[in-house]
Amino acid sequence: MTEPCLTFQDLTLGYNSHPAVHHLSGTVRRGSLTAVVGANGSGKSTLMKGIVGILKPMSGTVVKASGARIAYLPQQSELDRTFPARVLDLVSMGLWPRRGLLGRHTAQDRESVAAALQAVGLQDFEQRALDTLSGGQLQRALFARVLVQDADLILLDEPFNAIDAKTVGDLIDLIRRWHGEERTVMVVAHDLDLVRRHFPETLLMARQPMAWGETLATLKPENLLRARRFHEAWEENAPWCEPEGHAHPHEHEHDGHGHDHAHTHGRARGETVPASGPKAA
Amino acid sequence: MHGVYSLLVAPFVDYAFMQRALAGSLLLSLGACPIGVFLMLRRMSLSGDAMSHAILPGAAAGFLFYGLEILPMTIGGLVAGLVVALGAGAISRFTVQREDASMAAFYLISLALGVLMVSIRGSSVDLMHVLFGTVLALDNEALVLIGSIAAVTLAALFVFWRALVAECLDPLFLRSVSRWGGPVHFVFLGLVVLNLVGGFQALGTLLSVGLMMLPAAAARFWTNRAGFMCVLSVAIGFASCTAGLLLSYHAALPSGPAIVLSAGIVYFLSILLGPRGVLRTRTIAHRHRTA
Repeated sequence: MTEPCLTFQDLTLGYNSHPAVHHLSGTVRRGSLTAVVGANGSGKSTLMKGIVGILKPMSGTVVKASGARIAYLPQQSELDRTFPARVLDLVSMGLWPRRGLLGRHTAQDRESVAAALQAVGLQDFEQRALDTLSGGQLQRALFARVLVQDADLILLDEPFNAIDAKTVGDLIDLIRRWHGEERTVMVVAHDLDLVRRHFPETLLMARQPMAWGETLATLKPENLLRARRFHEAWEENAPWCEPEGHAHPHEHEHDGHGHDHAHTHGRARGETVPASGPKAA
Repeated sequence: MHGVYSLLVAPFVDYAFMQRALAGSLLLSLGACPIGVFLMLRRMSLSGDAMSHAILPGAAAGFLFYGLEILPMTIGGLVAGLVVALGAGAISRFTVQREDASMAAFYLISLALGVLMVSIRGSSVDLMHVLFGTVLALDNEALVLIGSIAAVTLAALFVFWRALVAECLDPLFLRSVSRWGGPVHFVFLGLVVLNLVGGFQALGTLLSVGLMMLPAAAARFWTNRAGFMCVLSVAIGFASCTAGLLLSYHAALPSGPAIVLSAGIVYFLSILLGPRGVLRTRTIAHRHRTA
């Protein structure tokens, strides 16, 4: 249970040498359900991109459990809704991790797609063109695709934006079902009430991780206040960040046991802070 | 009956050069039209046009050194086209510049080089030859070349179909589940160049893009399925080539423009009559269902 699915080691991600996620360390337990909260520009989406591997770290590393399959639902999808495709085609894309470029889609695959559409309440939408879907219907279809992907680690970036209450409820049910299936789920969200009600663990970001652990403790007023003071804009002449006291990843690699270190690191964290990660400074 | 035969069939039965022209242009449609469908769906319709200009300096270099010979001009065109396509593609992938801007920059430089090279040696008659093609003078060598290009294109489309569709539909998703996102884009750009070079044999650089884009644009009005759209575009391409060659034969018109204008007529008819065209969506759809 305390096996890490994700381990961050002094991870810094950003754009043009300005950090958007600054010195994040800690582990995400396998089978955990974590909300990632924070103001706009606090590095939540950047962290997601870093985990998927779309954005390369400026320093530090993200270590994924070996063989873990990732499903990622981005905030700003690059989905082209004018492309001549049906809901069925979109959801069937989720078969890619299993079938790849050339593998045939079997009858069993088609059943799993149909079951996913059923699960999100789109069973009669198979043949509908994408440009005829409402925002909520499209989001349901994208969740169906995540279902089909059958991933171990599921990353959802603001999946509840501009979605009505009923659909949010249905999508939350799906997320809880994934949680029940021992999948690791991380969800970027803004609605703190919703987070308190449904998410056992929370990571509060303000470029630096502000707090990380059990939801109610993380979302304490003083943590939220500290997070709110965070200054979103980059400063052109901000001083260069020098590692002080931070364990620099390169040093460990020189020792020749970088990978071993990752595991002991994760386990040690898991024991000292039962929730998931450290209370980062 | 005899009238219809002499109008539609006899030219192809009686004259070998018409048979070759028909075979060459049909083979070309087989590869170029589906490529055009993907260019259109990726909103790169004008990139095809730009790329066809980019081929010019390579073809001109071949022409400069070897005269009006098919093989050197083809290889030159292929090299120039690939340099421009892959260069523009790489700049848009790895820098902030979008593909439309990098493509415009590359093709303008390429076109200027091409015009310069043709003017160094060629007369304007030669230039017209390069630009408007020689469909009525296709030799075996050219037919084999066009046939091979069609075969390579169809095989590549078959192999990369799923990645091509995914890259158009949701590129970020493709990047999150596989490493094919980047390579498939370059494979596709390579196919575009290959087919434009093939088209430049039959129709010339300026008009080859017409046979690529017009059937695709017309097919968009008839269907909402990518696969069927490709098949339909090939059918429209076949019809345009046949009609264009007959028109060119009976009315003594240049064959390249006749083929492209035939495709243009199909395009306008599709705008009007297709299920997703003007008449159906604007005027007839007054009635609606309750849910």
